[in-house]
Amino acid sequence: MENKEIILSVRDLNVKFSLRGKVLHAIRGIGMDLYKGESLAIVGESGSGKSVLTKNFIGLLDNNGWIDSGEILYYGMDPQHPVDLAKLKTDEEWRDIRGKHVAMVMQDPMTSLNPLKTIGWQIGEALKLHQNLRGEAARKKAIDILSDVGIPEPERRYSQYPHEFSGGMRQRVVIAIAMACNPRILVCDEPTTALDVTIQAQILHLIKELKEKYALTTIYITHDLGVVANVADRIAVMYAGDIVEVGCADEVFYDPRHPYTWALLSSLPQLGIKGRDLYSIKGTPPNLFHPNRGDAFAARNPQALKIDFLHRPPYFEISATHKARTWLLDPRAPKVDPPEHIKNIRNIRKNMTGGQCNG
Amino acid sequence: MAEQAREVLLQVRDMEVTFGKGRKKFVAVKGVSFDIFKGETFGLVGESGSGKTTIGRAIIRINPISRGEVFFKGQRINGKISRALDKSVTQSIQMIFQDPMASLNERAKVDYIVAEGLINVHPEMSRAKREEQVSEALSEVGLLPEFASRFPHEFSGGQRQRIGIARSLIMEPQFIIADEPISALDVSIRAQVLNLLSKLQKERGLTYLFIAHDLSVMRFICDRIAVIRTGTIVELAKTEKLFEHPLHPYTRALLSAIPMPDPDSERTKVLEIYDPTRHQYENDPPVWVEIEPEHFVLGNEQELADYRARLAK
Repeated sequence: MENKEIILSVRDLNVKFSLRGKVLHAIRGIGMDLYKGESLAIVGESGSGKSVLTKNFIGLLDNNGWIDSGEILYYGMDPQHPVDLAKLKTDEEWRDIRGKHVAMVMQDPMTSLNPLKTIGWQIGEALKLHQNLRGEAARKKAIDILSDVGIPEPERRYSQYPHEFSGGMRQRVVIAIAMACNPRILVCDEPTTALDVTIQAQILHLIKELKEKYALTTIYITHDLGVVANVADRIAVMYAGDIVEVGCADEVFYDPRHPYTWALLSSLPQLGIKGRDLYSIKGTPPNLFHPNRGDAFAARNPQALKIDFLHRPPYFEISATHKARTWLLDPRAPKVDPPEHIKNIRNIRKNMTGGQCNG
Repeated sequence: MAEQAREVLLQVRDMEVTFGKGRKKFVAVKGVSFDIFKGETFGLVGESGSGKTTIGRAIIRINPISRGEVFFKGQRINGKISRALDKSVTQSIQMIFQDPMASLNERAKVDYIVAEGLINVHPEMSRAKREEQVSEALSEVGLLPEFASRFPHEFSGGQRQRIGIARSLIMEPQFIIADEPISALDVSIRAQVLNLLSKLQKERGLTYLFIAHDLSVMRFICDRIAVIRTGTIVELAKTEKLFEHPLHPYTRALLSAIPMPDPDSERTKVLEIYDPTRHQYENDPPVWVEIEPEHFVLGNEQELADYRARLAK
């Protein structure tokens, strides 16, 4: 990991929500680093906390949620004196970070645009607030950005309303608004879930292009492992408010170590054999209202060890870039074989070298 | 699927579905024809707005057909039909909907939701018998019979989809139209529901029309696949044939866009982009041709010559 600069560092983050008089522990002690210029994918089921985690980076946590403990250090302003995003409270404090440094592309382009304002106005608003551009200058810049995100005839499109755009084009507009602030980090929360496959491929391609052009650091949140394989340099697998495995894309796909990652990969129909049952994960994710002992996945893991129910596993390093939170990696653990086709993937890539994430 | 003596369960002939009238008229499905054989899973794949759901809804008679015919076991079931036939069709064709959050009555308990069809079709059935059937249907889809007294909001997405499946099973259908049954579910739950659907097919000899936009799921579950675009089927073939030799440029574009969970293949992947203006259909209109056994494609003379050349390779 030499010469990789950290831009964002999360340290032992705990986020809680108060719901119907009970406390839900949504993020359970997450620590992770985000490197400058990389693209990190956060994968997990709904309710695993992947959106909640990234909402903390932009200060958009719901009102009933709070950061219980931990730090989110942002090095993008001044590498020597990081800003702790976990300490920011009011919108005024956030204004310098939100948009300018960290911007977000939301899942559903149908609901994230204002239907009553023209596209040009909505991009102009971001330009006015963050770059202090007005009038003709703002208009020119907005049209520039629109053509940047691949919208044909930007001059005409500038004065149109969201309903005149198709789903894919709207998502391009949402990306344009995020890009209008010249962010350093772009968080894409399920950017293509609401789109058709062919459009999805185009939007992912666009985000990758913009990432290269503007040296962005991108975070993708998704449950679609196909999308992840396409875009990610590194992958973090989340389960029940915790990162259970993190590594380079190749390491996580070809040499997964956590039983949850195995299960997730095995249940993909792409890897299934026709006529045979797909591997399916039994049961449902744990209830985060209750404190979780041990490995949160143990109850759904048919090969769980006794210790999985008692103590929470620490991270075990597999390579400099790859680590997983599972007792299976402990030297004392019995040898548990991963499912059949996971082994097959592994065999194909036996001579893989770890320790480097290439983009 | 047995090669010989395949019995045609459902025939769709030249189906056209129109919404609106006069200047607002919109033809959502244009002259679609296909057969579904008994015991198979037939896939209908297309993007949003392609008319795939409309076809499913037209078969089950939610949307009226403006032209063409639908035959179920040799009997015409569209338009005006006798009351007896209407009842039997209602019972033998069932639908599973996409969004299990929206397709269940929030104010009814599970036992009513599941039994509703029985109440309509067999009003003479005794209460005890009905309750017995409800608990049977629930256990068949992997839910506990005790769940009958609960409300839909008490269940997770996967469980609700199971309730939706139980609701159609209780009618003892022969043919089930599954409209994106797993798109709204989580990755880990999808496999459970897919397995359940194929288990039921094996046990009961069900026939499925599986409507989806996700070709990777289709490949896993379907015997044959029809690709539909703007209301017209452009290609129809056995699943493996379609994946090995996709001919129509739209099919090729769709296949090239499937995200694969494999970083190596994703890095080297070449996207094909479909441009509908590439077809020159003014002087040479396209025809629907069986280009090789059980592989149908839409194209004009010149395109078909290209497709044949590609197949010969």
